[in-house]
Formats: sequence, structure tokens, C-alpha cells
Amino acid sequence: MVEFAMQHAWLVPLLPALSFVIIVLLTRPWQKLSALVSITGMISSCVIAALAAYGVFTNHALTEKPLVYAARWFSLGLPGAPDLQINVGVQLDPTSAMMIFMVSLVASLIQIYSVGYMEGDPGFSVFFSYLSLFASSMLLLVISSNLLQMFVAWELVGLCSYLLIGFYTHKISAREAAKKAFVTCRVADFGLLLGLLALQIVFGTLDMVELSEKVHHFEEYTTMGIMTLIAVLVFLGPIGKSGQFPLHVWLPDAMEGPTPVSALIHAATMVVAGVYLVGRTMFLFSEVPAAMELIAVTGAFTALFAATIALTQREIKRILAYSTVSQLGYMMLALGVGSLTASMFHLWTHAFFKALMFLAAGSVLHALHHKADVWEMGGLLKKMPITGGTFVVGGLAIAGIPPFAGFWSKDEILLMAYNSGHYVLFAMAALTAFMTAFYMWRLIFLAFFGDEKPENHPHESPWTMTMPLVVLAVMATIGGLVGTPWTPWDMNWANWIWFHEAHHGEPNYMIMIGSVVLAASGIFLAYQLYCVDKTKARAHALADKYRALHTLSFNKFYIDEIYLWFNHSIIDGAAKLFFMFDIYIMDGIIINGIAAVTRLFGEGARVSQTGRLQNYALVFFLGVLAVAVILAFTDPSSAGLMLGGVK
Amino acid sequence: MGLIESIDWTAIAFYVLAAHIIVAALLVVCLRNIVHSVLWLAVCFVAMAGLFLTLNADFLAAVQVMVYAGAVCIMVVFGIMLIRRTDMGHTNLFNGQTKIAGGVVALVIVLCGALSARTQWVLSTDKVPDKTVENIATLLLSKYVVPFEVAALLLLVALIGAIILAKEVTDDAASDSDR
Amino acid sequence: MMLHLTLTVSLAHYLVLSAILFGIGLFGVLVKKNAIAVLICIELMLNAVNINLIAFSKYVTPGDFIGQIFAIFVITVAAAEVGVGLAIIIAIYRNRLSVNLDDFDWLKW
Repeated sequence: MVEFAMQHAWLVPLLPALSFVIIVLLTRPWQKLSALVSITGMISSCVIAALAAYGVFTNHALTEKPLVYAARWFSLGLPGAPDLQINVGVQLDPTSAMMIFMVSLVASLIQIYSVGYMEGDPGFSVFFSYLSLFASSMLLLVISSNLLQMFVAWELVGLCSYLLIGFYTHKISAREAAKKAFVTCRVADFGLLLGLLALQIVFGTLDMVELSEKVHHFEEYTTMGIMTLIAVLVFLGPIGKSGQFPLHVWLPDAMEGPTPVSALIHAATMVVAGVYLVGRTMFLFSEVPAAMELIAVTGAFTALFAATIALTQREIKRILAYSTVSQLGYMMLALGVGSLTASMFHLWTHAFFKALMFLAAGSVLHALHHKADVWEMGGLLKKMPITGGTFVVGGLAIAGIPPFAGFWSKDEILLMAYNSGHYVLFAMAALTAFMTAFYMWRLIFLAFFGDEKPENHPHESPWTMTMPLVVLAVMATIGGLVGTPWTPWDMNWANWIWFHEAHHGEPNYMIMIGSVVLAASGIFLAYQLYCVDKTKARAHALADKYRALHTLSFNKFYIDEIYLWFNHSIIDGAAKLFFMFDIYIMDGIIINGIAAVTRLFGEGARVSQTGRLQNYALVFFLGVLAVAVILAFTDPSSAGLMLGGVK
Repeated sequence: MGLIESIDWTAIAFYVLAAHIIVAALLVVCLRNIVHSVLWLAVCFVAMAGLFLTLNADFLAAVQVMVYAGAVCIMVVFGIMLIRRTDMGHTNLFNGQTKIAGGVVALVIVLCGALSARTQWVLSTDKVPDKTVENIATLLLSKYVVPFEVAALLLLVALIGAIILAKEVTDDAASDSDR
Repeated sequence: MMLHLTLTVSLAHYLVLSAILFGIGLFGVLVKKNAIAVLICIELMLNAVNINLIAFSKYVTPGDFIGQIFAIFVITVAAAEVGVGLAIIIAIYRNRLSVNLDDFDWLKW
């Protein structure tokens, strides 16, 4: 069974794609049937993924040398250049095995959740077809052996994001958000494509195993300058897809989509595609120290920046969205300081607790008929115990309270940042940890504790929605235990997923205790401001005292407005300039000028057409004379013949 | 006695007649009154007939006077009569391209004249036979009979053509051609 | 220059005279406004050609009379041409009430 799963790992992305085709072509009119097809495909894919992952995690050899099944896709014979050969295939190593298991599991749970959440929606079947397509593309991305295939899957995932964000086509804000997501990612993907093309040109291959060997001694192929350029270009893709500053602007707006979409795509899977890409191409980035610095700084800044915005937001999904951006920053920071282990570990744990919190938020929205402002919620824990309880578990995980999953992964990142000597980045990360605990528990206290609002009539959600919550809560609790310093080395995360060398670190108690203290103090501050104080007077007073900072944070530091201004003034201005050039110079001078010259010549020549016989006769005789004169100089005998006489 | 024989009367005749021709031609071209122009044209033709006589072409001299001075000039006068204008004194003016035409013509004359004067002509020493009319008649009706007949046909065609072209257009003929 | 004012007249004299007459006729054709004047000047040109032909007949081929016969035909054609030309001018005059060649500019269309 395990052997079968490992050899046929290509089934993992294929099965959801099949269910997409079946739903689109056959079962669209029947809603429940479509959901059944989709969930069946997803769960069977999950089973195969789990078996394959089991097979990988019992075979140590695969960490050094991944298992690759590839077939030739196409090859181009190019004149004057080496032949271009692109393969398509699957690569099984611990990282990809972990990812396919995580993605398929979370996708299955969310599809089950959607049965309850999307009930009654006219686009029910279509929604499931999109979910299946997305799952298929994401699994394809994760399991690719070849960067070009990964890029194809990358774009497919972007497409599915567009389709799913804009799912509520009747809402203008949803359509606009879908466009914004696609266009922002397009800007980033341009850089990625250029980087991939450069890699192909310089190294002649896009196959990841081959490329990692070649890049290791890149001096034979190209200079450090070119390598830096390539690394920066390739990093542009993750900046867009994983919502790093400055291309983070699409992620909060993407909350216009249905909540299962936000949970699946914009928390657990798609947005981590960028982090995953950087992780896969660590062989490239590790050779370019400047690029690593860039990644680390970008990650740390994004984490801090998003956390400051999340402090003041009011809508529940917005807070979670900015939290996602912040945690993605953490993952990038980990990669930037050279630890694939810590980054992938945080990716793993974040998928569970963030998906959990999004699904719980969806449950709240479902109960309150899509009222999203947390200030209008209160005391939901009483009427929605499962939702509230699981959300609290998620909150503990993200804040970083042991033994929940988030503590181990976040601690690992802080440790790596500190050990690599990036003390400033470490400080930024630590401050962000404090803020994370604060804003998340602000949300929890405002929404789930305190007095109930009389206009709300919440009720617990059906089992299709609460079952995934419970499963994810369990994963959020125990999921981190695979990566603690005290886990047996055989099962330890750091033994399986690493780059360069497996690093069995000594637990740094200072950092551990420090991060717990930060988290606890954040929770305590939130408790004081939002739970103890019934009227929240102190919170409001604090906001008034720092009115300017509060406004800045609430308005997302006006980044969107700056981009809009840039578009209108500079791009539209340049367009206007080119328009003027086209009208006045191209049209006016060149085109009309040529026409005017032609007309001038025509009207000049027209004068000679008098229509008068005698004018024509004069010209005729002038011509005869001219011919005679010319002949006289060239051939005198014939001139004489013409005018009378023989010599 | 010796004086009369010693003078080359042919040469004197040539120069006198040539002067007449050229002056008459110039007057034809330069006068403003068209009737005066036609008159001087007739003078020019008669002088040319005299020139033909110096060239031993007596038959042609007669033909020249009969056809040209007699018929052509009269036809032209008839034409002028039909194109009646009240002020005959200004009927024959110059148009705008006088100066350029003068230059062109001067060049033509100089070129043609110079070339024909400088050519070494292969002259024959024979004299023209005395019986010109008989010779011409014989040639016209034997060797050149086809051009002769064609010329007759040409005259017929010209006659008919001229009549049709100059015919008065009556009302039914006008409505006929208006279709 | 072979030709100077000698007392012996030869072919060259006639040819030069013919050239001068032709030139005068050409000048008239080019500069006169009246259509009938142009017709007259064409007659001058044709007569210049006649002088040429008959001079050649006398000095180059006296026995053949070919020049004179040619000249007869030239006269024939010239007469026919004057007739037809006048008919045309009269027809035009009837339509346009003018024989001023400056007014007849329809060749430009």
C-alpha cells in the first residue's frame, strides 16, 4: 500500500482534478451529489498522501536524495543554443510529503465544513468544483519536481484564488477584490518568470535536483552579480503570493470571499506557496547572502507592520487576515536567517491554527448573519461553546503558549534569529509576538466574552461545521509536539526537514521563557483592557490618547491610497504624455506632414496641366530640343539625323 | 551683253524671293488683324511659287498658286467671315508664352540651319529633265498610283467630314443627339 | 561655315531658308491666340517642308522627281487638313462663341 502510494504519488493532485471535471461536466445540477464527489476525491487524495508521507518518513535516504518520478513533457530544438528539455514529474522528499499531507487534510476538512456553510447558496456545486480545482493545483505545486511545472501550478492557484474571492459575483467589492488579488500577484509573478527564465538560460535546466547540484558551484556558469539578480527576481514571486510588504495589499481585501475560501487559501495553503517556493529553492538563495538578508528583513518588517495594523481593526476576518500576513512574515524571516526547519515547522502549525480560527470565525458569521464587527459581538462563548472553545485553542496556539503548537514553532524561529546574529530582527520578531498575543486576545475577549448584545441571536453551527473545528483544534494542540527539543530524534522535525545539515539544537531556556512571558503579558493586557472593563472605557481612552497612531494603524498606513495616487498621477500621466505624443507628433507632424508634402507636390504638378494645346506643344518642342542636345553630346551622328542632315 | 550673262540671275532671284517669303511670314505671325495676316499669307505663297520656279518645279509652282494662294487662303477668309467679330483689329493677339517660344524657336532654327548647312551633301550633277508635267504624270499613274488613289480618297473623306462637322444643327437634329 | 552670301546658290541655301520659314511657322503656332491663326501658321510649316522636298529633288535626285511628287501629296493633305480644321473651328465657335485657344482648356480633364 505504502509502496503503491509512493510510486503513484501523481494521483494526489489528479484525483481532485478529476472531481473538478466531473462536477463541471456532469453533476452541476445536483448539489449534494457534487459535494459528495468533491469530498470523496479529496479524502481519497488525502489517504494516498498520508500513505506516501508515511513511506517517506520511514526512509531516511530520501532526505539526501529525493525520490523523483519524471517524464518528458516537451523539448525544443533551438538553433545555436542547447536543446530545451522540460520534464514533468513528482518529487517525494520529507518537505513535499509533509506538504501534501497537510494540504490534503486541511482541504478535506474545509470541504466538509463548506457543506454546512454554503448551504442554500445557488452556486453550491460550482463552489465545490472550484475548491477541488484549487486543491489539485496546490497539490501539484507542492509535489512538482520541476520549476516550470511549479510555475504553471502557481498560476493555476492564482486563478482559483481569483475565482473563489470573486465568488459572490453580485457584490462589487468581491469582484474588485478578486481583480486586485490577481493583478497584484501578476506584478510579482512577472519577476518570478524572469527569474526562472534566467535560471534556464544560465544553468540550462529547471529541474530542481539538477539545479541544486549546478547552483552549488555556480562560479562555473555565471557571476555573483547575476546570481543576486536572479535570486531577487525569483523572490519577487513570493513577495506577491505570500503577501509580504509592499504587495500585501490584496490579502485583507481577499476576505470578501466566503470564509471557507479564506481559511483554505488565504491562511493555510495558497499564501504559503511563496514560502514553500523559497524553501524549495534554498539552494539558490543560500548562495547569495544579499538575497538572504533581503528575505529576512522583508519577513521581519512585514511581521511587525501587519501586527501594528491588526491592533486597531474592527472586522473579525480583517484581524485574522493581517494576522496571516504577520505570520507569513515570520516564515520568511526564518528562511532569511537560514532555517528551513523553523520555517516549514511554522508553516505546518500555522496551517492548523489559522484555518481553525478562520473556520470558527465563519461559524460566528454564519450564526450572526454575516455581521463582522467585533465591537458588535459579545459573550458568544455561552451560546456557541464548540466554536468559542476551539477559537480559544487557536488563540492560545498563535499567542505561543506551551504546549500548544504555535509555541514550539514560533520559539524555533526566535531561536534561529537570535543564533544567526540578527539581533535587530530578533527584537522585531519578539515585539511582534507580544502584539500578536495582544490583538488576537482582544478579538477573543471582545467577541466571545463579556455581555451579549440583545440584537444577536447566536446558535451553534451544525456538525458538518463543528467537526472540522474540533479536528483542527486537536491538531493545533498536538501538532507542535513533533518539533520540540525533547522529541525523540527519530521522530523529530529537525531530523527530517532541514537544509545543509540536520541541527539538533540545545533548548535555549532564556528565549523560551522570554517568549512565554511576552505572550502572557499580551494576553493579560488584552484582558485588562477588554474583559475586566465592562465599558471598555480604558481601551477607548488609550485610543484617544494616541489618536494619530490609531488612525494611521486603522487606515492600514494609507498604503492603498498611495498606490492609487501612484497609478493615477504617474501611470496615467505617462499615458497622457504618450497620447499627446501620438496625436501631435506622430499624427500631426509625421503622418499629416507626409500627406501635406504629397499634396504640395500634387498641387505643384497640377499647374502644368493647363489643358491648353499651345502649352503642351511648347513642352513637346522643348523635349525634342533636349533630346537633340543630349544626343549631340553622346551620339552626334543621330543628333544630326534628327534635326536634318547626314554627315 | 556680258554683264547680263555674267550676272547669276538665279541667285538674285533666290535672294529676293527668299526675302519676300521671310518678311511675309513674319508679318503673318506678327500682325494683330487676322485678315491682314491672311493677306500676307497669300503673298508668301505666291513668293514661294516663284521660288519653286527657280527650282525647276514649274508644275508645282502652278499647283502652289492654284491650291494654296487660290483655294486655301479663300477658305480661311471664309472661315474668318463665319467667325465674325466686331473688332477685327484685335483678332490675332499673342498669348502668354511668347518669350519662351521665341527662345525655343530660335534654338530650333539655329540647330536645324547649322546642321543642314554643315552637312556634306551628296549632290548630283544631273540637270532636271525639261518635261516636268509629263514625267510627273507618268510617275503618278504608274509607280505612285496607290498613293495617288489614296490621296483622292483622303480628299473625299475630308470633304464629307468637313460638311458634317460644320453643318448647322437644327432642332430635330439637336433633340436626336441629346439622347 | 559652308554658307556665306555667295552668288552661287546651292542646296544649303534652300535648306536654311526652309529652316527659317519652319521656325517662323512654329513660333506662330505656339504664340497665337486665334485658332485660325494657328491653322495658317501650320500651313507655313508645311510649305517650308515643301521647299525642302523640292530642293532635294533638284539637287540630289533630279531624274526621279520623287521630291516633287511628295510635295504634291503634301499640298493635297494640307488642303484637306485646312478644310477639316476650319470645319472644326466653326463647330467650336458655334458652341462656345469664341476661337480663343486660351479658353479651350478641356484637355486637362
